[in-house]
Amino acid sequence: MTRFPDTRGSLVAAVKSGDGEARARALETLAEAYWKPVYTYVRLKAGREHDEAADLTQEFFARLVEKEWLERFDPSKARLRTYLRVLVDGLVANEWKARNRLKRGGGISVLSLDFETVRREVEERSGEGELSPEDFFEKEWVRSVFSMAVERFDERCTADGHALRFALFSAYDLEGDAAVERPRYEDLARRFETSAVDVTNQLAAARRDFRRILLDLLRELTVSDAEFRAEARALLGVEPPA
Amino acid sequence: MRLKDAALDRLRDAVRTPDLSGTRYRLVGPIGRGGMGAVFEVEDEVLKRRLAVKVVEVPFDGESPAEALLSEARVLARLEHPGLVPVHDAGRLPDGRAFYAMKLVQGERLDAALARLTTLPERLRLFLRVCEPVAFAHANGVIHRDLKPSNVMVGPFGEVLVLDWGLARSLEARELGDASGTPGFMAPEQAAAGPVDARADVYGLGALLDAMLRVAPAPPRPKALVAIVARATAAERDERYPDVLALAADVTRLLDGERVEAHAEGPLERAGRLVRRHRVAVGLVAAYLLTRGLFILLRR
Repeated sequence: MTRFPDTRGSLVAAVKSGDGEARARALETLAEAYWKPVYTYVRLKAGREHDEAADLTQEFFARLVEKEWLERFDPSKARLRTYLRVLVDGLVANEWKARNRLKRGGGISVLSLDFETVRREVEERSGEGELSPEDFFEKEWVRSVFSMAVERFDERCTADGHALRFALFSAYDLEGDAAVERPRYEDLARRFETSAVDVTNQLAAARRDFRRILLDLLRELTVSDAEFRAEARALLGVEPPA
Repeated sequence: MRLKDAALDRLRDAVRTPDLSGTRYRLVGPIGRGGMGAVFEVEDEVLKRRLAVKVVEVPFDGESPAEALLSEARVLARLEHPGLVPVHDAGRLPDGRAFYAMKLVQGERLDAALARLTTLPERLRLFLRVCEPVAFAHANGVIHRDLKPSNVMVGPFGEVLVLDWGLARSLEARELGDASGTPGFMAPEQAAAGPVDARADVYGLGALLDAMLRVAPAPPRPKALVAIVARATAAERDERYPDVLALAADVTRLLDGERVEAHAEGPLERAGRLVRRHRVAVGLVAAYLLTRGLFILLRR
């Protein structure tokens, strides 16, 4: 999928624009941000099995284009992700349409999505009952946006000749699990054959760049400044002011 | 790519953590979150002292939290008072976020302090200390607009600090109303986004006093005190105390056993108050009369 869309404006605005290339690129980015939340939501909320949920997810994005659902999105009434979740509810409710999903024509290409990795995660989690399907949708959305930002940051580092920066960022902020403490800077310096000062500087720069990429991506995925602020709080886990 | 939960937590943490590279500050750790942003403890590596740094969590354009944070810093910088946290520095971090550095306040939350102050006079005296910096700010043309228990801190030596001036406004700009504030502590005209003046803070202080008196173990409330709270929190601002000094003066009168302005007392109430106020003199007179009566009885 396209990693560096030229536009830094809202993807929804790009979808609504008459520019075919910008529209296609925007739809791809939206699908990248939302297919995992949609898939997990269909599985958990509607109780669909893997194959059916995967088909419905494809169907959802096909219809997003065919039915011009985004054109009808009104940011003054809801956040984009809430709007999309409601659309998923409507799609799932219309069973008869869903059953015919693979029979229709229309020339809509089927997205290349790796459902297997998400399938395992959903099936491991579905028995826990700790999150509602709506909460799971939100959490998957956060995970998708952060994952896309990491991919963009990786590609940016490669393009700019900062492979070491991404490697250090990955070792310090991505690897390991919650029970494992982060590596010490001295250990990272030895592992990557550099100085501790360089590790400090590279990590500071990495976080600064990653933060910027993440927020730029969020700006693309939101329509208004108010929605951006609200979603930034959700994304960063920041409580709104009392 | 599919990030694990642990990686997600780490990334969130990394993105929220202020970028202090190239500054004189070294991050020590998070302190908490206020209405406007997050507060971190830092070490000032030039002066070798601990400070608190308040940072906007997300950068925005235009009339934004970043501007509001810097506005808060400027408000505090021009108000020098023992009840206000001094600001030492302000600007933008390398990651673009607005910040300001201030004195690291050591102390406890107001509700924690009140749990130890169980008598009515102790609580009223503490309330009067809250009024002081607010009245000082008013005298310098600034209203707080968000007075509530979580914005008051009590230091280890009993000093009182009024925090979080993020919604503060210049009295000159009072016509530019907005509905920011905290329900339950916000004056009706402020909640309605109408123009506000110092009486909005009188309302906030009245609501704060009410909240202070409710913290367990709640002391009994005399009628005069109920009247003081009612007048301070009157829905019509013209019916409130005209300023914080007038409110504080009435509370002081109550503490001193004098008649308060907010309450029209009856003859019995007045007698009871005078007895309480002149307890020693009344006790001596009563003892004298009792002794005298006994003496007369015994002589018969």
